[in-house]
Amino acid sequence: MTQTPAANNGLLNRRWFLKAGAVAAGAAVLTPAMADGPWMTYPGQSPGPYGAPSRFAALKREQITLNPLGPGDGASCSPLQSLNGIITPNSLHFERHHSGIPDIDPEHHRLTVFGQVKNPLVFSYESLLRYPQQTKTWFLECSGNSFRNTFDEAPDLTAGEVSGLFSCAEWTGVPLHYLLDEVGAHKTASWVIAEGADASGNNRSIPMSIAQHAIIALFQNGEPIRPSQGFPMRLFVPGCEGNISIKWLRSLKLSPTPAQTREETSKYTDLLADGTAQQFSLKMEVKSVITSPSGKMQLPAKGIYPITGLAWSGQAPISSVHVSADGGKSWAAAELQTEPSPFAPVRFRIPWQWHGQPAVLQSRATDAAGNIQPTRAVALRKQSPLVIYHYNGIQSWQVDASGKVRNALI
Amino acid sequence: MRSSDTCQKNQRKTRCLLLTLLAIFLSALQSAGASAETPLGSHQIPALGVAAPANYESVVMPDGKGLPKGSGDVDSGATIYARTCASCHGSKGEKAGVPLVGGRGTLDSKNPIKTVGSYWPFATTLYDYITRAMPYGQEKSLTPNEVYAVTAYVLYLNEIIPENTTLNQENLAAVVMPNRRGFRPAKDFQPFR
Repeated sequence: MTQTPAANNGLLNRRWFLKAGAVAAGAAVLTPAMADGPWMTYPGQSPGPYGAPSRFAALKREQITLNPLGPGDGASCSPLQSLNGIITPNSLHFERHHSGIPDIDPEHHRLTVFGQVKNPLVFSYESLLRYPQQTKTWFLECSGNSFRNTFDEAPDLTAGEVSGLFSCAEWTGVPLHYLLDEVGAHKTASWVIAEGADASGNNRSIPMSIAQHAIIALFQNGEPIRPSQGFPMRLFVPGCEGNISIKWLRSLKLSPTPAQTREETSKYTDLLADGTAQQFSLKMEVKSVITSPSGKMQLPAKGIYPITGLAWSGQAPISSVHVSADGGKSWAAAELQTEPSPFAPVRFRIPWQWHGQPAVLQSRATDAAGNIQPTRAVALRKQSPLVIYHYNGIQSWQVDASGKVRNALI
Repeated sequence: MRSSDTCQKNQRKTRCLLLTLLAIFLSALQSAGASAETPLGSHQIPALGVAAPANYESVVMPDGKGLPKGSGDVDSGATIYARTCASCHGSKGEKAGVPLVGGRGTLDSKNPIKTVGSYWPFATTLYDYITRAMPYGQEKSLTPNEVYAVTAYVLYLNEIIPENTTLNQENLAAVVMPNRRGFRPAKDFQPFR
């Protein structure tokens, strides 16, 4: 078994595990027929109405942050370091609410589409269920994701605590353009102003060029979308900052101009160093994060570990991910474990031989439009200090000689 | 007679054959989805929307469209503000974390402070946001007159309008905010107007 180095400090050829596996398979032997534990000696639990994870593998959302002035204003992060594949289970999808999660009876919920249209129309939840639907595996990322790494000091955090304002689900719903056709949208209507039915009435103006790719999402990973994700219906605008995918969607106004709402002026704008601000920077950047090994983990011993993580871009499908174990001096191409597709993240991996020496693990994503994830310094240079939106700098995880992994700002 | 009968029979046969061919052709067309009446397998929209009220409105625009009738002055705004806003924002809108006032001249500094006075480009946004999202915990409880009044008070605190101002649906959009020219569309942005 040869271990081909792919880059410095222990990065191995990405195919190495396959070769190693083929050898090990020949050595398998049958174990004697006996109980591995008490669970093999009596019947287990009966089938039940709604499942729950194993008590040995129960996961939780992290970094639950609530505004002391009003706890409905808050956020929670997906525990990225504990998940594999690309789908986030519904109970672990990140949350960002401005005035809590409304408890909406779908029978009393309506979606009104009006403004520059031939026929302003109202749609019920029941009626939308009868429309042709599409199913998409799309990521959602909060504009402020990873903001904790824009500060000068590196907080000791997990991958989820740093970058878990990011999730991915299979979303099923009605393409927005079906409704735009039905109301007869005027050609001059170059903006859609979407509004939510929560107490904050969150509203955003979305350019038609972007909105035309949106769906009215009704299902999330197969079940009706969760109240925390907008039940009974949310707008889902793929590849864009999460705030414009309005939850609890109640109205869409077609307009020749944007509404200049609070969320697109006071917030979610990018103040530049010269004191002017950019508006409507909606598409999310090319980005990646190693989810294992990652912050607060402990490598138990020297040996081979899989380095794995997620990469995504709101601009184009991911084309490649490179990994470094020496803080960016040398790089190796990682294996893509899932098929790249528009607005879907990819799971990447590469084997790594840890020799018990300090290491800095980094990943760098490239998308099909040629966008390359920048270093932290380059990503921060773009904006005014204290601006936390759209940060996509390379994440560094520092491994010390004892095997402890820590968030690092490099 | 006989020959005529045969002839008619032959004609009928031909007609029958043509009709059969036509039927096969039509059904082939139908299964290829070419018919507008296809009941299965098409992407037809069921068109289940019902007419919306003619006066439906959801948002206040920068030109003042969408503002309801009403008015409110700085003085009455001060009273409403003290009752419903001051506990979070401070008696003069100064409270850190959620400041409404101050920060002018700081946007290009190392510590930019974004407030209504220093950052917000449109006064109409204030009305739209207060009427939908404020006061926190009693959202949508203020009447249009109260929202005009609170809007006037916050603009007065920022020294944007004088103390004797009364705001209404006609004059709010005309208020020029200090940072009106501070925004531009993102670089890769096309349909901005």
